[in-house]
Amino acid sequence: MRKIAVLTVVAFCAAMMFSSLAFSARKTIIKIGINAPLTGDIPKVGEGSKYAAQMWLEDIENAGGLEVGGKKYEVELVIEDNESKAESAVKANTKMITQDDVLAIVGPQSSKQAVPAGEVANKYKTVMISPWSTNPSTTLDRPYVFRGCFLDPFQGPVVANFITEEFGFTKAAVLYDVASDYPKGLAEVFKQAWEDKHGAGSVVAYESFTTKDTDFSSQLTKIVKSGAEVLFTPQYYNEVPLIVSQAKNLGWTGPIVGSDSWGSAETIELCGEDCYGLFFSSHYAAAGAKGATKAFIDRYEKTYGYIPDDVAALTWDALRLAQQAIQDAGKLTGKIEKDREAVRDALAQIKDFDGITGKMTFTEEGDPIKCAVIVRINHQGEYEFYGSSCP
Amino acid sequence: MEPLIESFNYILQNIINALQRGSFYAVISIGYSMVYGVLMLFNFAHGDIFMVGTYIGFGIATVLLATFGGLVPPPVIFLATVVITMFLASWIGVFVEVAGYRPLRQAPRASAAITGLMIGIIFETTILIMLGAKRLSFPPLMETVNYHIGGIYITNVKAMIIIISLLLMLALHAFIQKTKWGMAMRAMSYDFLAVPLMGVSINIIAPLTFAVGAGLAAVAGILYGQAYPILDPYMGVLLGWKAFVAAILGGRGSIKGAALAGYLLGFIEIFVATVFPSTLRDFIAYSIILVILTFRPRGFFGMEHSTKLRL
Repeated sequence: MRKIAVLTVVAFCAAMMFSSLAFSARKTIIKIGINAPLTGDIPKVGEGSKYAAQMWLEDIENAGGLEVGGKKYEVELVIEDNESKAESAVKANTKMITQDDVLAIVGPQSSKQAVPAGEVANKYKTVMISPWSTNPSTTLDRPYVFRGCFLDPFQGPVVANFITEEFGFTKAAVLYDVASDYPKGLAEVFKQAWEDKHGAGSVVAYESFTTKDTDFSSQLTKIVKSGAEVLFTPQYYNEVPLIVSQAKNLGWTGPIVGSDSWGSAETIELCGEDCYGLFFSSHYAAAGAKGATKAFIDRYEKTYGYIPDDVAALTWDALRLAQQAIQDAGKLTGKIEKDREAVRDALAQIKDFDGITGKMTFTEEGDPIKCAVIVRINHQGEYEFYGSSCP
Repeated sequence: MEPLIESFNYILQNIINALQRGSFYAVISIGYSMVYGVLMLFNFAHGDIFMVGTYIGFGIATVLLATFGGLVPPPVIFLATVVITMFLASWIGVFVEVAGYRPLRQAPRASAAITGLMIGIIFETTILIMLGAKRLSFPPLMETVNYHIGGIYITNVKAMIIIISLLLMLALHAFIQKTKWGMAMRAMSYDFLAVPLMGVSINIIAPLTFAVGAGLAAVAGILYGQAYPILDPYMGVLLGWKAFVAAILGGRGSIKGAALAGYLLGFIEIFVATVFPSTLRDFIAYSIILVILTFRPRGFFGMEHSTKLRL
């Protein structure tokens, strides 16, 4: 009995391997890899990426394929789950590049995965566009790695400026996850920007916790005692509700300000009325959108039943960037290394790309120059455009 | 005078924070200790039993709120949620014992420990498959009221968590000291081999122990859901580790020790963060525990192996 079972499994695995080999060997299919956190800490981010990618693929399929140099090619998405873990993101990139022969990769979304995964993509000379990673290390000294959003060194000062101008505060507190690249990086940049503005020691409480912590009471008690006027917490949507409600329960009355990681569609679902009236910096605001952005939002909402968050919008832009780069490359030779290089060169040349999250031109490092948006969560629980700040 | 009162309030506020945190560690680490007392093994699936209990509690609370919300007073719904969840979750405990540990009763202890880890992974992935990776938000079973008493903030939820945890532990103590089942458990922990000869079936006492531990963990889960309302299939892992540390610190097999060490752990974690930069919290907190264990390797109430273990 056992032997038969083992044999069946082995035979099944072998069949799977051969079938995928057979697929990749024949005609040229353009494969785009999606490295997304479908499970793990931030599954909603993964869902948004997947849905945006599916919508993009739908457009390509409706057009009968992607036209490159007068020839239409079939496009296939290779979606890999990185479990919102750094090591899984690295594994996913390695697999997609070495086994699936993807032409370009979109993702991973958060810096925690994008920074190590970018190393792999660059090593194998494959274009990777992270739609959402704002940590500088993602693209630094990596010619093959690009991104679709602005950087933390830009976002931190934007938030510090906004708070200063809007409220006139001089004392700020920061609460962040020390074990995650994105919040840690952004917290540092914010602290720097704030202290440049208001003098050393004006960040009166600089508190941290580690991923998976749910109790922030000692840190928040410290923050309340510190006399800070505003709390900046660049955390993800699964932590924001806990931080906001615990802060309120410990007597915090000032505003709480977040960053683009708050922009998920699920923040409000989980946080509820506790989060109404709070601000965060982001890439786009759904309420009050116009033109192509509105068309994208309407289509997404109609298909998937909720308003897309910034991750979905940025993923959409990243895929369209990849598409344009592939088309600009002129022709596909079928030799994957050569094609990847051509795509990279084309992508680096793109100027004034008209994305739904703003106009983009890449810098030397592969970072776009674009504007940030300040979003206010209004009392209907919608993300409302409050102001914008350009570099 | 003013700064003195302020720092006094600050300490008092942190004591309340620590009591809440410690309550979870205490109630969960008791589950570790009980099983160790009876079967001499650490049930490493316990953190995940807590997680499953929280999800069951979430399901029950959602159903009850949808059916009876507004019709009956919130405390009734809360009580019903606790009772039904405890009942259902205790069967999870029984299942773990019967399916996971019973076949390995004669096997080396290491096999049993590894089995626990595997059961934990099975639970995590089962929840993941059944409910997807989407985060769930535990519905509030009562309106949060925030009391501001002389510079200290305490919500009714916090007070309830601390009180219910203490009541649970007292109830468990009474169960073990006053009932026949409790006596059988104590006997089992005293002599694993002789007790069956006295007509006490280990096949009843062992699952009962698991059931009680799982029931406690499930109540802790409901309380946890009120304090930290975001559910996650992996939420039991870290809490489970820490509760395990508390069980060791308290002395393997000692329920009293587990409860005490649970609170101690809560206090150490909270007060380390108030004195030192919070980045160093876990590093310093667990270094302290390491030092304590260096001097008391058997924990506070631990016994020499040769002199048997007591519940």
